[in-house]
Amino acid sequence: MKHSWLLAPAAAVFAAFWLLPIARLTVVGASGPDGIATYAAVVTNPQYFRSLVSTLILSAAVTAATLIVSAIAGLFLSRNRFPGRGFLTAMLTFPLAFPGVVVGFMVILLAGRQGLIGQVTQWLTGENLVFAYSMAGLFLGYLYFSIPRVILTVMAAAEKLDPKLEEAARSLGASPWRVVIDVLIPGLKPALISAGAICFATSMGAFGTAFTLATRINVLPITIYTEFTNYANFSIAAALSIVLGVLTWLVLNLARTFAGSTVAAAA
Amino acid sequence: MRFYLQLAFTLLVTAFLIVPVVMSILAGVTENFFIGLKSGLTLRWIVEVWELYARTVYFSIGIALACLAATLVLGVPAAYVLARAQNRWTRAFEELLVLPVAVPGLATALALILFYGQLRGFRASWTFILVGHVLFTLPFMVRSVLAVMAAIDLRTLEDAAASLGARFAQRFFHVVLPNARPGIIAGSLMVVTLSMGEFNITWMLHTPLTQTLPVGLADAYASMRLEIGSAYTVIFFFMIVPLLLALQWLGERTVR
Repeated sequence: MKHSWLLAPAAAVFAAFWLLPIARLTVVGASGPDGIATYAAVVTNPQYFRSLVSTLILSAAVTAATLIVSAIAGLFLSRNRFPGRGFLTAMLTFPLAFPGVVVGFMVILLAGRQGLIGQVTQWLTGENLVFAYSMAGLFLGYLYFSIPRVILTVMAAAEKLDPKLEEAARSLGASPWRVVIDVLIPGLKPALISAGAICFATSMGAFGTAFTLATRINVLPITIYTEFTNYANFSIAAALSIVLGVLTWLVLNLARTFAGSTVAAAA
Repeated sequence: MRFYLQLAFTLLVTAFLIVPVVMSILAGVTENFFIGLKSGLTLRWIVEVWELYARTVYFSIGIALACLAATLVLGVPAAYVLARAQNRWTRAFEELLVLPVAVPGLATALALILFYGQLRGFRASWTFILVGHVLFTLPFMVRSVLAVMAAIDLRTLEDAAASLGARFAQRFFHVVLPNARPGIIAGSLMVVTLSMGEFNITWMLHTPLTQTLPVGLADAYASMRLEIGSAYTVIFFFMIVPLLLALQWLGERTVR
């Protein structure tokens, strides 16, 4: 093509500010006292390994919960017409633009020391239930972050599903439950896989929410952050962030092979 | 029956998302949140936040606009090439461009610090933050413009203009850009919204003099009383809601 030089500015900026720095990051990762073995630290060092495992478990739990909640709510909203539906959809998608820090603050308002849940349990049982500053709080935060995104995806996919398929299944005597299992879930599968992958990848790499809730929560992004800023342990921080980056990229790409659509993590 | 069960569930999910938003708005204008609304309504927290953090608001707006300008200049021409020349190389480029979004912001930020940290002038200036934001938002601009350009028959339009004697610059500015306008507008709103909210990269890159709004928020949440954090969050809502409404309105218009 004649005017492909128009790609040059974007390519130059990308190479100078992302490709080269990331290439250096991979080199720094192998430049510590342990050399290339630093990359294995995430499995060989018990502390980092625990951090990796809890991050994986947390992300898997968030993904499963988000998919279930959003599939139910999203299908309900796209299959029914009732007054207030538009308002409800708008409310459910409003938190879409909240950065992780704000989501963390929302969790503090719900489950923090002066939070709503604490006040309710105080009133009910006389005990102030506080869990915002722990793994449970982080779970709630990532759920909060992911639900609006996944609901939107489910609704968009459900609009494209042919309602005649459901009618046909019902007219053939399928129970509502069987319709869900045999018609709706297979129809929504590509959307669910790609939305789930984005949810998993963002939960793996998210930093803002965990940072707001507690810098003591043992998840990989927080570990990387403390190694870098508190201990100036550059090679470990570099190696761990490369491992984390490769993991999230792999998840997104696997999902794309299965779902067949383009996937990009969101803010 | 099933309808009402599902409705109740959906309402519960909505409450989970919206109740804390309402709480933060209330806490931002309440004299003492722990005592509750009966302690009286006040604007003093908002005023206090403005005195402490107004600079972060202006700084964020400035960064978002600079980021928009940069992604327009870099992204729109790039999207044009990607739309016109669909081959192995352009597809690979598209894949690469999305990496800063797919990979955690922490990795991008560390890489930038380790590579450019020694250039003191650059490290301390607002352009360092801008670079992070451009990396993160550029794929959204490119994809949004590319989606529109791929849907129209650019080649035929351009051939028609060329047959009438239009040079490349004329074709680009008078045929290609006007036709890609919906994608450019959607991409622009997306870029500004994302830049206003970006935290993961910015937190690592910022210095005391280059604090954005979300960085200020994190600072307020960590060190100020709940009312101040809430009032600050309300200010953030005020800035982000118009952008969201515009995006939604645009989405509905293009569907029709």
